[in-house]
Amino acid sequence: MDLNTLWFILIAVLFIGFFFLEGFDYGVGVLLPFLGRTDDERRVLINSIGPVWDGNEVWLITAGGAIFAAFPNWYATLFSGFYLALALMLVALIVRGVSFEFRSSDDGVIWRKTWDWLLFGGSLVTALLWGVAVADLVHGVPINAAMQYAGSFWDLLSLYSLTGGLALLSLFIYHGALYLSLKTETPLVERAQGAAKVTGIVTILLVLVFALLTYVQTDLFTRGGAGFVLILSALALILSYAAARRGRSGWAFVLNALTVLFLTASVFWGLFPRVMVSSLRPQWSLTIYNAASSPYTLKIMTMVALILVPFVLLYQGWTYWVFRRRVSSKNLHY
Amino acid sequence: MSELILARLQFGITTAYHFLFVPLTLGLSVLVAIMETRYVRTGDETYKKMTQFWGKLFLSNFAMGVVTGLVQEFQFGMNWSEYSRFMGDIFGAPLAIEALLAFFIESTFLGVWVFGLDRLPKKVHALTIWLVAIASNLSALWILIANSFMQEPVGYVLRHGRAEMSSFWAVVTNPHVFYQFPHTVLSGFTTAGFFVLGVSAYHLLRHRYQDLFRRSFRLAVIFALVSVLATTAIGHLQGQYLVRTQPMAMAAAEAQWQTENPAGFSVVAAIDQRTETNPMDVKVPGMLSFLSHNSFRGQVTGIKEIQAADVQKYGPGNYIPPVAPMFWSFRVMVLIGVWLVLAALLAAWFSRKKGSLEGRTRFLKALVWTVPLPYIANFTGWYMAETGRQPWIVYGLQKTASAVSPSVSAGEVLTTLILFTLVYGVLAVADGYLLLKYIRRGPEETVNDQSGKGMERGASLWT
Repeated sequence: MDLNTLWFILIAVLFIGFFFLEGFDYGVGVLLPFLGRTDDERRVLINSIGPVWDGNEVWLITAGGAIFAAFPNWYATLFSGFYLALALMLVALIVRGVSFEFRSSDDGVIWRKTWDWLLFGGSLVTALLWGVAVADLVHGVPINAAMQYAGSFWDLLSLYSLTGGLALLSLFIYHGALYLSLKTETPLVERAQGAAKVTGIVTILLVLVFALLTYVQTDLFTRGGAGFVLILSALALILSYAAARRGRSGWAFVLNALTVLFLTASVFWGLFPRVMVSSLRPQWSLTIYNAASSPYTLKIMTMVALILVPFVLLYQGWTYWVFRRRVSSKNLHY
Repeated sequence: MSELILARLQFGITTAYHFLFVPLTLGLSVLVAIMETRYVRTGDETYKKMTQFWGKLFLSNFAMGVVTGLVQEFQFGMNWSEYSRFMGDIFGAPLAIEALLAFFIESTFLGVWVFGLDRLPKKVHALTIWLVAIASNLSALWILIANSFMQEPVGYVLRHGRAEMSSFWAVVTNPHVFYQFPHTVLSGFTTAGFFVLGVSAYHLLRHRYQDLFRRSFRLAVIFALVSVLATTAIGHLQGQYLVRTQPMAMAAAEAQWQTENPAGFSVVAAIDQRTETNPMDVKVPGMLSFLSHNSFRGQVTGIKEIQAADVQKYGPGNYIPPVAPMFWSFRVMVLIGVWLVLAALLAAWFSRKKGSLEGRTRFLKALVWTVPLPYIANFTGWYMAETGRQPWIVYGLQKTASAVSPSVSAGEVLTTLILFTLVYGVLAVADGYLLLKYIRRGPEETVNDQSGKGMERGASLWT
């Protein structure tokens, strides 16, 4: 395996980590106005992700940095191409990020309501846009011979990409509901379990439609085991839902983690060795070779990553251990 | 307006805005860590309250720094795709390392620090804020390594139509870093020092929480004094270094059109970029030679001569940055630096004995009004660094004009420019409101506790 492949895998791993961890953060954000009926309850919901959401978001920042370092042309084409969508996502992330801190800093009713809804909206928009972006990556976008995006904002929106957006949004909400089933106490835990049952069935439908459209509209099922892994993802989701129905939230969460893992892995496998598919001509696609940094830089970055990543996993794991208990209204920060 | 101007404007606005929060984070994280360490060592509740009060201010500032930093991470690709292609092989590495090494530690342990008070031994809890402080400053190191390459490219070869890294070690040990990193970080410490001094002065003037703010003041005064002295000293050396490595930037900052020996230092001047003259110029004879070479005799090369040399070296073009803004930014920065040194010395002198500080009401009032000044100095300093390099985005290698994204239209840049500016404006109002509220309230009422459940089972410092 060459270093280009290694970095492709590493970036896939970063996205798996990001979708798995920030996925439930987005889900909790979207569920906030529906599950939390009193201010105290909403505080519990926010505090369930309070200690970890910022660290989870660094997975995205690191993925961005890793793409820049290992595949500069990917970084350049993707972010200048998905321009307005990315700007929208950044605004959503900014609004969402400050909501955590600002909400708790004043106890005016309107003030808190405002930040609650901004937290909701920011989480919803971000999750939706991630789904759209992922679907567009799988489907391919107009990229010309000069590696430049040759479409407009509207070219990013299609039946397929919007289905992908809704599917990922729904998956994250379901993920968040399962997370809350594990992290809260009565009465929130019952409400979270109820939400998991509702969103679970919606998610299954959306993911199945998305998989079907992927089969019809993209080449993913022709690329090695990518299609098989996508089916595994749907299977894990169905099993997770079955567990959720029986009130086995722990199993449901673990199985849904597998759903996220398989889904992301399938997307990256389907792309490989391309990083951005050109819908104009296959040979204009960006690959892990024509988009890559020099072998020297890849070597340096590999050494850096091998040294640092284990520590990151270790201490982030430790924080989840420190905050393993369920959150009650007795101990809140936000 | 062209895409280039709009993209530059957007970078300027978003980056200057981001850097409103960074310097305070760099310094205040260290100060809060010192406060908590003292609490752990002495068990003195006042130190705990200090940690809580300043920690709360630190947190809302930190949150703003984090979210505005997101834009920083992605806008190189958005507006500057050709820069990213040309420089990615070198520039991406420090950015990725910054995230892996610094951002993860910062964000993860800040979460632990905020929520972990009752779940961790006191010493471990104090350790987490130290990790946040160290990681914040480490992140500054890596981003400045990246910026230093733009100021002074080292350890690269031009190959495949781009700059490729030939020596990671050379990039990391870029001599430019040795000036830029301490100057930036210490000005951050200075910002935080004067922030604490100003807020403490505000409360001392009102005779509230005297013990707590007197202690805060005495801690901050040492911190600010050492930092501001070191910042100015390094700034001076940095200026001399830039005379050698980026002569155009320094000549522009001095509005020195002609080569002179000895050269005088312009205190004020009227500058006409079109005719390349200063119609009015008040000079201290020989002073610029002295500042540049530590000797009252010594040649200082002027803008015109450097322009001619650059044309020889890089081909036809205008290599002169906007001179008047450079000139005035430099003077504003230096003037603020002088006042900060003076203010830190006075503050140290007035606070040396117990009880001697409170009577100095005029000086305390001046300190309150000094709080914004380091921010202005930070801005003007960065303005000089980034504008003085123009027309280059990477000095001598790539021009800013050829770095923008070809696939992005001026209309699109304008759209996002308006979007970011609006959002940033609203956040500035909200953050300013909260900061002022917390500062005015003082330490007791920062506690966010409506439920009436006390500290004993509190999850965090603020429950």
